[in-house]
Amino acid sequence: MRVPVSWLRDFIALELREEAGPGGFTVAELDAALVRSGLEVEAVHRIGDELRGPIVIGEVVSIVELTGFKKPIRHCQVDVGEAQPRSIVCGARNFAVGDWVVVSLPGAVLAGGFEITARTTYGQLSDGMICALDELGISPDHHSGILVLAREEFAGQLRPGDDAVAALGLPDVVFELAVTPDRGYCLSIRGVARELSSALNLAFTDPAELSVPAATDAQPYPVRLDAAARCDRFAARVVRGFNPDSATPWWMQRRLLLSGVRSISLAVDVTNYLMLELGQPMHAYDLATLQGQMVVRRAHAGEKLQTLDGTQRVLDPEDVVIADDSGPIGLAAVMGGATTEVSSSTTQLFIEAAHWDPVVVARSARRHQLGSEASKRFERGVDTELGLVAAQRAVRLLVDLGGAVADPNVLDFDARVPSLPIELDPGLPDRVAGASYGADAARAALQAIGCTVETGTDNAESWAVTPPSWRPDLSDPIDLVEEVLRLRGYDAIGSQLPPAPASPGLTFAQRRLRGVSRALAEDGYVEVISYPFTVANIAEILGFLEDDPRRSACTLANPLDDAEPLLRTSLLPGVLKALARNVARGQRGVALFESGLVYLPEAGASPAPRLPVDARPSDEQVAQLYAAVPHQPRHIAVALTGERLRSGWWGSGEAADWSDAVDAARTVAAAVGIQLHVRQAEYAPWHPGRCAELAIVGPAGSMSVVGHAGELHPGVVARLGLPPRTVAMELDLDALPEPAVPCAPRLSAFPPALLDVALVVPADTPASAVEGALRAGAGDLLESLRLFDVFSGAQLGEDNKSLAYALTFRAADRTLTLAEATAARDTAVERARLVVGAKLRS
Amino acid sequence: MPEHMSDAAVPSPETLDSAVAQAQRAFNGVTSLDELAGVKPQHLGDNAPLALARRHIGELPPPQRGEVGRLVNQARAAMVQAYEERLAQLTTERNAQMLVTEAVDVTLPTTRRPHGARHPLSSLTDRICDLFIGMGYEIAEGPEVEAEWLNFDALNIAPDHPARSMMDTFFLEPVDAGLVLRTHTSPVQARTMLERKPPIYVICPGNVFRTDEPDATHTPLFQQVEGLVVDKGITMAHLRGTLDYFARAMFGPDAVTRWRPSYFPFTEPSAEFDVWFPQARGGARWIEWGGCGMVNPRVLTACGVDPGIYSGFAFGMGIGRTLQFRHGLPDARDLFDGDVRFSSAFGAEI
Repeated sequence: MRVPVSWLRDFIALELREEAGPGGFTVAELDAALVRSGLEVEAVHRIGDELRGPIVIGEVVSIVELTGFKKPIRHCQVDVGEAQPRSIVCGARNFAVGDWVVVSLPGAVLAGGFEITARTTYGQLSDGMICALDELGISPDHHSGILVLAREEFAGQLRPGDDAVAALGLPDVVFELAVTPDRGYCLSIRGVARELSSALNLAFTDPAELSVPAATDAQPYPVRLDAAARCDRFAARVVRGFNPDSATPWWMQRRLLLSGVRSISLAVDVTNYLMLELGQPMHAYDLATLQGQMVVRRAHAGEKLQTLDGTQRVLDPEDVVIADDSGPIGLAAVMGGATTEVSSSTTQLFIEAAHWDPVVVARSARRHQLGSEASKRFERGVDTELGLVAAQRAVRLLVDLGGAVADPNVLDFDARVPSLPIELDPGLPDRVAGASYGADAARAALQAIGCTVETGTDNAESWAVTPPSWRPDLSDPIDLVEEVLRLRGYDAIGSQLPPAPASPGLTFAQRRLRGVSRALAEDGYVEVISYPFTVANIAEILGFLEDDPRRSACTLANPLDDAEPLLRTSLLPGVLKALARNVARGQRGVALFESGLVYLPEAGASPAPRLPVDARPSDEQVAQLYAAVPHQPRHIAVALTGERLRSGWWGSGEAADWSDAVDAARTVAAAVGIQLHVRQAEYAPWHPGRCAELAIVGPAGSMSVVGHAGELHPGVVARLGLPPRTVAMELDLDALPEPAVPCAPRLSAFPPALLDVALVVPADTPASAVEGALRAGAGDLLESLRLFDVFSGAQLGEDNKSLAYALTFRAADRTLTLAEATAARDTAVERARLVVGAKLRS
Repeated sequence: MPEHMSDAAVPSPETLDSAVAQAQRAFNGVTSLDELAGVKPQHLGDNAPLALARRHIGELPPPQRGEVGRLVNQARAAMVQAYEERLAQLTTERNAQMLVTEAVDVTLPTTRRPHGARHPLSSLTDRICDLFIGMGYEIAEGPEVEAEWLNFDALNIAPDHPARSMMDTFFLEPVDAGLVLRTHTSPVQARTMLERKPPIYVICPGNVFRTDEPDATHTPLFQQVEGLVVDKGITMAHLRGTLDYFARAMFGPDAVTRWRPSYFPFTEPSAEFDVWFPQARGGARWIEWGGCGMVNPRVLTACGVDPGIYSGFAFGMGIGRTLQFRHGLPDARDLFDGDVRFSSAFGAEI
């Protein structure tokens, strides 16, 4: 909403001053007052501030069309009150001999600091410039053409050569406000002036306080309202004998332009002008084009309407239309129709000023993607008392400015249901604010915004507050409380901490995420956060099998990028994209981690119910609601490429390989305090021979897979443009259980017995199986076991490998003898022989 | 070479003195531990003259034996002392020399494995959580794909409410499934109230989504932290006290908040609040920080809390926005690019 200060001055005695002081307000003070009253100031435009004279009225004396140039050029003689007319070259064409225009003479400065000099152009002297609206800073529109002043409007007071800046009503200040949805009445000069009158303690003259003719028995034109249209007020007037050539006077044009509205024709400008001033959108129909009775009703399915913007629209039975015998002629509250549009030959006008149901309007505007200035106001609620006033103002202006004659008949359907007063406990504002305004201050604030405050009917302790007709947003006691607090000023509210109970601290899941994140960061991984959007063919890129549940992804109805319509079912696409980006930006060794939710829709899930809001839904309804939301476990993923250990003066580095990815999983498990079991697996998008399945032992003793790690499939690496041998890990963090409370170890101070053993096993034997057998066989004396070498060679025979283990034996209560330790080692080796066919390497 | 003492003769005191003097000269004459070890046997070895002389003491008549034995022992003690002094001296010298030759350049790089880093949004979120845990709050979380009812309706944003279009929402297919990417973390507040009884003191940090094309100040994904308190006798002064405390923790002891009346469907009265940031880059100034208000009684009712007994406040702000001002973030897109140089530039403590 753009608000010219000059317009506000019609209703409040507001003087602008450059410096703070009595008798007026600075722009900064106005700005602060608007913000205090809840109107966000998005910008302040100082219109015409930059203009420096001489900028004068000129009369076009002659025009010579120059030819032979790329575009038509005019060489004009313009009378600017001097002995001789000035020679001026002009590229615009929307003016004629005898027109009054604004001329900037050499030495003048226009909007944007543009200085005017005399110069020769197109072979002619141009001794000044005929100004367009944008050059004067009145409109940002570069195609508005030359500003032609209505001569008859100015001729009485001005002559060519007189200062044009003052004559145009400049300079002026325009506040650009962001109005929140609850403050529909501030989408009008009237509403903003009222707010400022409260904020600055100035007297307010309400432009809607106007005595207007009431409804007559006879209608100016036959109209019928269907109850289904939910239109609770419909006022209309008719004028005839309107001169369609009437110009919109400059004062009205100026206000429209400063408010960001183009001037179109007097009839249309009048309705726009009154919408801006009062907040009542209106529509003017060419009466001569109406056919038969006008009916306000719901649209029939499939009906069509061509709206003023030229679009053919198929209507929905929920839309409310204004129709005549020809069918719909307007989409109520949103936009008029083309067939009854006011034209350059219109002489009879039907002026409609109605009140529409906000929900109906909002739905129609959204359905047809047609948010108009009118629909914006009706959605937020328009003053129901305004219709007749606005219609009367329109009639008055059309009579005064357009030579029209008013039809004495007045239409005013009034089906409003009187709203009940709001019962307010006078102590509530104090209790909500934690302040002591007192009842008198609360009453004064409510009266200042236009409420009537009476003693409650049922309870003499309470108030019955009736909000004014322009505040449909006030419906609950708390709405009134907000008004009291707002008018008293939020600065008056104190500062005090609430009496919170003791906190139980972070949950296990929250501690788990922190521990894991910190452990990975300490282990050299850099955390990234990715967008969860992925491409439609991600399953093909990653090579998911046909029955892979990760193929089933949530799809966005309105993705930002049509190429990325899916929500991730794995963290890998995001973290790998970040990895590729780092490599592209010149990083050599990159180790990344990301934790985040993945979105796993369940096939056949029922839609989320639309529950009532007037009471808590039942537990069953809540359960149904929760069940409709997809499962969204938190995953954690890492991706690495290049040097994991740097080369340096100490020697060569070490490239990241599959084992780093598996180790990252072990780091995660260690941070959580649990054991991960690692098994060989084939799983996309990993290399089928270099993929580890990560599992935990569930409560029933069964293994449950929680993730995978290893080297990525070369095909995936190629398709994602990653460096060869990129490795990755992903696991379901939510599946990692809270560990049992750990038991402190008993530490033996007796010396250990250290024995090594090298075993030859078939090459495809998992090391974990050999280790498991050794541990099981070694018994309680085994303190630790470490695989320190893996070897294969011809002397072991084809398809064999040697695994060398260092075993540490120790007893809790004595120094072990060599014989005891050797016996334990031998049973371990025997066990390995039985379980995995291991032979002691000789 | 020491002067040879006669085999058979019992050494005279003069001979002994001379042998001691010779040994002292020999020990002091060497310059390394190896040389010292080389000369030691000639004076203190089994075949050294003094040792040979001691063997003959037994042959002396008893009256002489004591006296000669005493003299010989004295001489040997003097030699041993001379040896040990020199040994200690040379050992000290050797050790000192060793420390010099073993010196290294300790300014060489030492990091074999590059350091990792947490994302600053995560670190800042943790810090905010710790602050509120200390104030008695709990951390509440919820899903990011959320039921429309919880994201909007339960928060007094009716299907046709203009506020619904203010939030540019990602909807999931099919649209009538009633699922969205949450546009704020407020549905977590609704879930909290549905799931438990007051008193409720929670903050809800997390990812939220709006259909904003990425630019320097907008990203379709961003992080919010919201607070919700529902208890008996909660006032707007409690809200201001909480925000002032939070502001000082984030922006320094001189930070204060300023409120501007505003509108949110889920709170009434509502305000947007600015924070005075004395250390702002480019000079102290007000920063638009977030929105807040008293929980609308309609929201309490929809979530099963009796507004006749309880009142509450709620607030919310962008964590990225906080980071932007606190740390001079030049471009919001840097948060989600995954460039390791970005996260690595922030320390573990933020």
